[in-house]
Amino acid sequence: MVKRVLVGAHYGLKDWVAQRITAVLMVIYTLLWLVIAVVHGGVDQALWQALFANAAFRVATFLFGLALLWHAWIGMRDIWMDYVGSTALRLSLEVLTIVVLVGYAAWLAAILWAPR
Amino acid sequence: MPAVERPITRPRPVYLNLVRIRLPLPGLVSILHRISGAAMFLVGIPLLLLGLQWSLTSEGSFASLRNVVAQPLVKVVLFGLIWAYLHHFCAGIRFLLLDVHRGIELEPARRSSVVVLVASLALTVLIGVRLW
Repeated sequence: MVKRVLVGAHYGLKDWVAQRITAVLMVIYTLLWLVIAVVHGGVDQALWQALFANAAFRVATFLFGLALLWHAWIGMRDIWMDYVGSTALRLSLEVLTIVVLVGYAAWLAAILWAPR
Repeated sequence: MPAVERPITRPRPVYLNLVRIRLPLPGLVSILHRISGAAMFLVGIPLLLLGLQWSLTSEGSFASLRNVVAQPLVKVVLFGLIWAYLHHFCAGIRFLLLDVHRGIELEPARRSSVVVLVASLALTVLIGVRLW
């Protein structure tokens, strides 16, 4: 009897689940905007400024940003894996993707908590 | 079926001619999901961050951002990105439902892909009319 241990056969599951959980989080944030816009009857400058002055809303926005970062990483990595055959080029593109995404997140934090 | 009984009739791997291939509708939804995602990563997120930064810098900057967004060329790009978000959103919900085995038969899957294509375009027009 051969006992086969398929090591690594499950390695994509965590990313697959993460992509879906982050998607649901972003749907919730999108619906939050929709509810705010409908309740307020549109979004004007006063509401815009008030929302981003609110600490809880800033945190929610930043969490949306982190969900987006993680989600986009998995999606872009899938694209590179599907279309880029050269390991060196793929690794370079993957590193570039991470650098860009972390840069986006840092930029978002800087915007949200900029002294005003 | 044991592998030995299966004759290899065609050389593998099979390379598909992407220009000549006719995608079924669920396939179209799928590739547009990928294209819209990549477009948002490359263009959408940096523009969104730029806009957010601009809108919050000062009271006057919000007004000047409004003027920039009112430019026809900017609007076209913006509508493209709004469609990308909405298509990615609708197609994503369809994929989540498929994941929990909702609508995986051929006919419902075809119907839901039409719903995704139509709904995301209709929502884009709806938001477009409101913004214009």
